Amino acid sequence: MDFSQFLNTFFNWEAMAEVIPSLLTVGLPNTLILAVSSAIIGSVAGMLLAVMGVSRTGPLRWIARVYTDIFRGLPAAVVILIISIGLGPVVRELTGSSNPFPLGIMALSLMAAAYIGEIFRSGIQSVEKGQLEASRALGFGYNASMRLVVVPQGIRRVLPALVNQFIALIKDSSLVYFIGVLASQREIFRVGNDATANSGNLSPLIAAAILYLVLTIPLTHFVNFIDHRLRTGRPEKRQPDDAAAVVGKGAQA
Amino acid sequence: MSAFTSGSLTARNLHLSFGSNHVLRGIDLQVEKGTTASVIGPSGSGKSTLLRVMNRLIEPDQGDILLDGRSVLKDNPDELRQRIGMVFQQFNLFPHKTVVENVSLALRKLRKLPKEQARAEALEQLDLVGLKHRADARPGNLSGGQQQRVAIARALAMKPEVMFFDEATSALDPELVKGVLALMADLAKGGMTMVVVTHEMGFSRNVSDTVTFMDGGVVVESGAPEQLFTAPSTERLKSFLSDVL
Repeated sequence: MDFSQFLNTFFNWEAMAEVIPSLLTVGLPNTLILAVSSAIIGSVAGMLLAVMGVSRTGPLRWIARVYTDIFRGLPAAVVILIISIGLGPVVRELTGSSNPFPLGIMALSLMAAAYIGEIFRSGIQSVEKGQLEASRALGFGYNASMRLVVVPQGIRRVLPALVNQFIALIKDSSLVYFIGVLASQREIFRVGNDATANSGNLSPLIAAAILYLVLTIPLTHFVNFIDHRLRTGRPEKRQPDDAAAVVGKGAQA
Repeated sequence: MSAFTSGSLTARNLHLSFGSNHVLRGIDLQVEKGTTASVIGPSGSGKSTLLRVMNRLIEPDQGDILLDGRSVLKDNPDELRQRIGMVFQQFNLFPHKTVVENVSLALRKLRKLPKEQARAEALEQLDLVGLKHRADARPGNLSGGQQQRVAIARALAMKPEVMFFDEATSALDPELVKGVLALMADLAKGGMTMVVVTHEMGFSRNVSDTVTFMDGGVVVESGAPEQLFTAPSTERLKSFLSDVL
């Protein structure tokens, strides 16, 4: 394969330009709807699982454990297919709607909840025992102590891991195409994939890949930023010498 | 320092085991209203556990706890703890809240005071411990001594009838210990009923009204500080004092 053939296969600008409007007007909104709604539902359910996971009541801990083991241990594609094939007809019967999004969001949320639940749980459990003790000593009950003192601190500590999970959701939302969607319901991957299948050229898929990166790379850097901020606190005012001096900096680099 | 509405505290025959580990083996302690009782003893003797049992952070297996002459074992433990302030070795301030929020949190959520009033009362408490000017700082930006004074203000804000101090100066740098001890001495003089678990023999001897020496989960000796420190009647207290003094 010579170089122009390579360029044509991966970077055919015309094929890309052709697919970009539908990537932005169809794929992008659908991907965001899937990722954002399952991130929200997954976070709420994950918080519930985390609180159950550290509960003083044995059966609650057990339920959270079993749920997490199951949904963390299954491939996303398997869950999405089982949910859509299993529940699709039921939902259609009950609501008369064949919109695949609710089931797609449900499948993504069920899995996200398992991962996010573990993230929150590790955060909650990393809060020093003395915090709960001090809150109880003031006269707060267990539930109020968790809500006001322990959980807020736990969440702060795991924000970076949480954003990583949101990135994973953006990528996993591409699997919803398994369910079978209308042209207007395709997310980024499916739009790119269809165009590639029609033209026999990979460039539309490359365009889709670039769009994913445009969404995810800023998020990864946002993670690093908040991680750094949480470690070091708000940036102190830098002394002019710190900003300018080259003396001694070489040794650190 | 303002006068307190303090009460007396009595522990009767308290027992506690963790599995086969018998931590408290029948502790009696009497703290009269407005007096300070210090509890001394080697580490692992059950001093800190005794405090946690007396405010029911840990429920005793046996025995009774009386506040102002009335048993509190049947009361709601959360309400009991609102009447007993506690200060910890590691301060345990809430790092995600500002200094003034640390002090006002219980006022707002438990006393149900409106936000502004809770803040005003919290600022008043901070003023008493000399830290009003750091009200909006985060605890992490304060020195250990300042953090411990905030923790004391946080406990005092609930207008407790009794204050517990669990080795309140043990985690502090030596030069910061004095300020916290002086504040505790002020509270004692102001008529607060206090139980002070401490390794500070100077405080125990000079400020407290009674001293209780614990070892191995029992009270070995108790009485007036002069008596215990100058004429210990047991070998165990003698050898403990010769180790720490």
